[in-house]
Amino acid sequence: MAENTRGMTLTEKILAAKAEVERVIPGDFVELEPDLGLGNDITAPMAIAEFHKAGGTRVKYPERVYLVPDHFTPNKDILSAEQVKILREFAVEQPGTHFFEQGEVGVEHALLPEIGAVHPGMLIIGADSHTCTYGALGAFATGVGSTDLAGFFLTGKAWFKIPASIKAVFKGKPDPWTTGKDLILYLIGKLSVSGATYKAIEFSGPAIDDLSVESRLTMANMAIEAGAKNGIFAADQKVKDFLKDTPAGSNPDFEILRADEDAHYERVVELDVGGLPPQIALPNLPENTCSVEEAEGIPIDQVVIGSCTNGRIEDLRESAKIMKGKKISKGVRCIILPATVKVYRQAMDEGLFTIFLDAGAIISPPTCGPCLGGHMGILAAGERCVSTTNRNFVGRMGHRESEIYLASPATAAATAVTGTITTPREVMDRNERSS
Amino acid sequence: MIYQGRVYIFGNDINTDEIIPARYLNTSDPKVLAKYCMEDARPGFAQNVEPGSIMVAGNNFGCGSSREHAPISIKESGIACVAAASFARIFFRNAVNIGLPIVECPALVNRVKEGEELQINLEEGAITLPSGEIITIPPFPAFMQAIISKGGWLSYLTSG
Ligand code: SF4
Repeated sequence: MAENTRGMTLTEKILAAKAEVERVIPGDFVELEPDLGLGNDITAPMAIAEFHKAGGTRVKYPERVYLVPDHFTPNKDILSAEQVKILREFAVEQPGTHFFEQGEVGVEHALLPEIGAVHPGMLIIGADSHTCTYGALGAFATGVGSTDLAGFFLTGKAWFKIPASIKAVFKGKPDPWTTGKDLILYLIGKLSVSGATYKAIEFSGPAIDDLSVESRLTMANMAIEAGAKNGIFAADQKVKDFLKDTPAGSNPDFEILRADEDAHYERVVELDVGGLPPQIALPNLPENTCSVEEAEGIPIDQVVIGSCTNGRIEDLRESAKIMKGKKISKGVRCIILPATVKVYRQAMDEGLFTIFLDAGAIISPPTCGPCLGGHMGILAAGERCVSTTNRNFVGRMGHRESEIYLASPATAAATAVTGTITTPREVMDRNERSS
Repeated sequence: MIYQGRVYIFGNDINTDEIIPARYLNTSDPKVLAKYCMEDARPGFAQNVEPGSIMVAGNNFGCGSSREHAPISIKESGIACVAAASFARIFFRNAVNIGLPIVECPALVNRVKEGEELQINLEEGAITLPSGEIITIPPFPAFMQAIISKGGWLSYLTSG
């Protein structure tokens, strides 16, 4: 079909609406005004310096700017404290911008959806690669660099190349212990870490409709791990209900967009996930996936449960379900990082902390911390970690000779209990056998 | 824009954690970042790199985080140009935005060895191999050329 008559994918629709044109064509370049621009304690200081260097005095749309120091906070050293200070002072200098600290802060991509800053149809840039997380709510969201953020501060604009789309259709009913994390690991294993470079991934299919919004956030979060520019889900009633619970969005007014029936996809990937068991990514790339069963028995030193991928309340509930009444294997360090203060409080109120503490886990304040090898649980040479985060690159969580295995919270919790890589089912079955 | 220099070879999927590990991201000072460039991909690289050299890599160079610190540390380390079979999206964008010359050229892989000399002519879109053979490279899209010719995204925006 001719490019100018065919329907549009969800990504194309959002970008066309923002550009106020009838249609956009993959490969075209456009300058647009994003609805939201995000920076953190690593990327914003550079953007702020460039903004000033370019002669900037007033941020064009301060109310669209979100500054979330989450990576090395609570400040791990003097240099980190200086970085956060730059954000804090910028927020004062630019009234209207949103700055989060202390009891307000959380891991950025868990925080923004939680406070209702993200709605379907929005165009979002963030100087952080996992900005693609917001696609779970039907927004176009993509990671950019500090210079892009500086340009947004200055003029309210950013440049985009319209991406072609890949449609990933998930069919069938997976194993009950299979979560959004397992589905996205499975997809990355199929696509490879560069299989979606420059592309949008549009997630769909009955298995997706069944997922919670939290699981979808986990999946969109890792679209970048296949190289994608953005990952996107059409908003539905579950998204509406999710937004009703957010403070800023108690009555969100948005148009629900869907891809046209005759939209053109560069590629359609059909995945039959009927009965699919939990997945794990072996070192050192997120594409090295297999079923957890295949990796069973590998001894580990540390378990990390948290991050923008899997640090939400649903993730902590899953972990607690596994750990309840059990002890973490001797010699294993299990670190739990609720992603935001709200998640922290919820977990506390629901009694999850008691379960974790009884099991012998450590509970950290909300921070990215060990996910990027920052602090709060760095690995020594030769150590192995099962982590619910999103990257298992060489040296990502510490020494370049340490190893990271990426898995769901349930798998991570089961592994913490036995001390070797273990499926959640195995631990729950043992439970029944012994009771 | 002609770059001629000694070649350093890297493999596929070199990610930004290897280019500049996060443990050094509590600063944005280019000079400090340059000291740790490629530390987890090739320890000692930053101490020995010859200024004006060319980096040649496989697929998906610069995958991972959005840290602009990665292209900055490469630029500041003295590398004149990076040629790869393909680049990860945000790395590509950042390199354009900060003015680090990069070239996407799948045909280059396995045609040049570590330590050999390569010449890259961005204007003419030509790479001269050690053998003297020339590989042509497609020009940048006009929009990106406009950004680069203005000296980066911010100057593009502010020059009206
Ligand atoms: S939790 Fe990890 S992946 Fe997420 S924003 Fe923080 S460092 Fe990045």
